[in-house]
Amino acid sequence: MNFKMSVVVRTVADIMIIPIIVFGIYLILHGHLTPGGGFQGGAVIASATALLIVAWGTLKDNKDDFSTMESTGLTMFFLLALLGIIMGFSLFYNSLAGTGGIFGGTVSGINPGYINTGGTVPLMNIVVGLEVVAALSLILYMMAKRSDALEVEE
Amino acid sequence: MNWFTLFPLIMVVTLIIMGLYVVLFKKNLIKIIMGIALMQNGANLFLVSLAYREGYVAPIWTSAPSADMVLPTPHALTLTSIVIGVATTALMLSFVMMIKKHYGTINSDEVRRCRE
Amino acid sequence: MKKIIALIALIVISAFMLGGVAEMRGDDGSFGNPVETEMDDFFLEDSQDHNQVNNVVTAVLFDYRGLDTLGEATVLFSAVSGVLTVLRKYKLSKKENLTKLTKSSKGGKK
Repeated sequence: MNFKMSVVVRTVADIMIIPIIVFGIYLILHGHLTPGGGFQGGAVIASATALLIVAWGTLKDNKDDFSTMESTGLTMFFLLALLGIIMGFSLFYNSLAGTGGIFGGTVSGINPGYINTGGTVPLMNIVVGLEVVAALSLILYMMAKRSDALEVEE
Repeated sequence: MNWFTLFPLIMVVTLIIMGLYVVLFKKNLIKIIMGIALMQNGANLFLVSLAYREGYVAPIWTSAPSADMVLPTPHALTLTSIVIGVATTALMLSFVMMIKKHYGTINSDEVRRCRE
Repeated sequence: MKKIIALIALIVISAFMLGGVAEMRGDDGSFGNPVETEMDDFFLEDSQDHNQVNNVVTAVLFDYRGLDTLGEATVLFSAVSGVLTVLRKYKLSKKENLTKLTKSSKGGKK
């Protein structure tokens, strides 16, 4: 079955996924400064997948890429949690905060917000964002692909 | 007792009772999933309304108008709960898709009758 | 009969929930005055002292209650695995073809 919509809808969808993905990346990268984070940004980027599926009917088969992305996100999240133990503290200890390295700046009080702060929290935002994008996109892709299962042959 | 100040909690009860009514009395599986989603939203609203402190701001220090902030922990719980809700709802809808394929119906009584 | 029992259960549960809501939040029943706030006040101060994070919700999510988030990510992974398993392509053998079973039982009623 062909669920492809008209050329107007397809073109607008192809253009509109760019600001959607950019906004999602902004939400993920500024998760430790403004409202947002890995979960919300990932859901926003997955909505771009939903838009493409609505416009084009289906996507090409990239199920394995999404599966790899999701497994990578979960594994990296657990490795970042283990980083606290490796550095000599407890599980999920923020061992990079305030050390001056990457994401190692310091904040205090009410401030305008500096992106180079937070320790492991922005890194965890990124990997959780990867996982949520892959998970929701995979669900949408599989449900769109197998929607022809609803037709019971008579 | 001022019932008006309890309005969000009464809305929580309304949502959960509506969801429970749908789950108990409807036969369509899609409607039952809608009822479960209503109950999920009631639980999320309950958590968020637990975090509220009157006159306080959101718990984010970036350009905050004041240092008096609402409780952050229920917000974090709600955040994870929403994503879990989406994933489990998708799982239930997948089950319904397969039930429709195998049994040809999504009425829960007829699905049960087919098993005999 | 079943519907009457369900209706009674619904009424009893809603009565209990409304009573619980009416008795919440201490003596005055006011909304917006949480009583136990020591843990959250500690999070509000400590997220800038030790985590250097402005967004306190993110700090709670990924540092103080990180194990909760790890379990949540695992549940998300499991749900996606379940969707992939349920919606995979497979063929039923003729013995357990439930579609044919349904049709034969419908036709067998006559």
